[in-house]
Amino acid sequence: MNVTLKVWRQKNANEEGHFETLEARNLNPNMSFLEMLDVVNNELEAESKMPVAFDHDCREGICGTCSLTINGQPHGPGEGVASCQVYMRSFKDGDTITIEPFRAKPFPVIRDLVVDRTAFDKIIQAGGFVTVRTGSAPDANAIPIPKETADLAMDAAACIGCGACVAACKNASAMLFVAAKSSQLNMLPQGQAEKDTRVLKMVATMDEAGFGNCTNQYECSAACPKLISEDFIGKMNRDYLFANLRQKFLRRKKKI
Amino acid sequence: MPTSKSFFFSSLGKKFIMGLTGLILVLFVIGHLVGNLQIFADPEVINQYAHLLHSMGPLLWLVRAFLLLTVVLHIWMAVLLVIENRRARPQGYEGEHTHRASYASRTMKFSGIIVLAFIIFHLAHFTLRVTHPEYENLRYTLQEGAYAGTEVLDVHAMMVMGFQKPLISLFYIFAVGLLAFHLRHGFGSMFQTLGLRNKHWGGVIEKTTITFAVAYFLFNAAIPLSVMAGVVDNENIKSIDDSAEVMTLPEDDSPEQTD
Repeated sequence: MNVTLKVWRQKNANEEGHFETLEARNLNPNMSFLEMLDVVNNELEAESKMPVAFDHDCREGICGTCSLTINGQPHGPGEGVASCQVYMRSFKDGDTITIEPFRAKPFPVIRDLVVDRTAFDKIIQAGGFVTVRTGSAPDANAIPIPKETADLAMDAAACIGCGACVAACKNASAMLFVAAKSSQLNMLPQGQAEKDTRVLKMVATMDEAGFGNCTNQYECSAACPKLISEDFIGKMNRDYLFANLRQKFLRRKKKI
Repeated sequence: MPTSKSFFFSSLGKKFIMGLTGLILVLFVIGHLVGNLQIFADPEVINQYAHLLHSMGPLLWLVRAFLLLTVVLHIWMAVLLVIENRRARPQGYEGEHTHRASYASRTMKFSGIIVLAFIIFHLAHFTLRVTHPEYENLRYTLQEGAYAGTEVLDVHAMMVMGFQKPLISLFYIFAVGLLAFHLRHGFGSMFQTLGLRNKHWGGVIEKTTITFAVAYFLFNAAIPLSVMAGVVDNENIKSIDDSAEVMTLPEDDSPEQTD
């Protein structure tokens, strides 16, 4: 099959970008979308042209590195898949496919389709952890956790931090990411000690980075390769409110 | 370390204020609608109710000031949030795609602005009566209760007279339609923002939101529609209309005489 690509080309964050039309020929429909880009890049290199820069690593939907907006959809067509799990058979022969980077102010373009997602790392550094003495792994059943709670925490922990939620959101909000990363720990006994400071610091860091605000349209959840539920945003809102109330009214009591 | 001082300046804090003021305004519009539906009863009922509200004096002004503050906060936060949202996505997508965001949710800004314009007109029309000063001439003497014998503004006649004009009725129906559309997203959204939604309640909240928005529109639209259809009428206006016709007749004739 043959397709026409309309690819975003941009030298770096400071320079203006533009669309470039490239032809991808003699493709196998069972190629992955990234393999198709590899073929196109091989041809570009053979012609001594600059290949299209795009992020990729595991190519099996678990690392969260790939970050393409295909025809306006972060991670392209298909539910619950990353860009690397999109196959050329999802398109028709002769289609024109628009490929853009994830667009958000806190995700500046490094080159072409590669964006800098350091803002997410900063949010994790602010509170996406538990402060514990590491060492040998603790006994698996030392802390009893109800099955439902463990399942929910696991659903949140499925987040691979790719940033598709930000890319899909009409307001470039990172609330699904922050909600998943704070909830996965806030629901478990191990996360209780830092529950309030975690959500307060992560939200503050998210705001500092310049992400937009959730308008409860749940585009994020629909584009998420791990289909993380918007229910976690509701939980984050609740956690944040109670954390603020406890900071305000209970702080003094704890000191006595 | 972020403290509670930063709550109202945070993204979630601003959203919380949006949700909370939205809740207050939803409760107000429900109360307002229930009050208005008394138009279907005898004129005595709604006039008694209106007089009860007006006789509250300072308390009424306190409630009005509180509602004004609520509306101002709701709009102020909306403006701040929209500005931040625009800044966060300086460049849009070539192939813009929507997965599931409802049309109502994507047009909140526009439905909100038009509803605001309607509220200003509505206050000028029925509350301040600056657009139609003749409403002041509609008087009613209360028949029952503690206020029997008191002469008040005939609210029933004023509403009937107002909605007998098709253009005004259509504007009211259009505006409550837009408000219902605004609430189609806002009502359910409020639960999420206030942290009161999860997967168990999500379905119930969605169904309640749609039912509420549709019911709110139908009950509101029923008032001008009933007046236009003649189902709701008022004797007080008829007598005024008759006297007005008698008054204007000689004036209409006079130019012809001079010709």
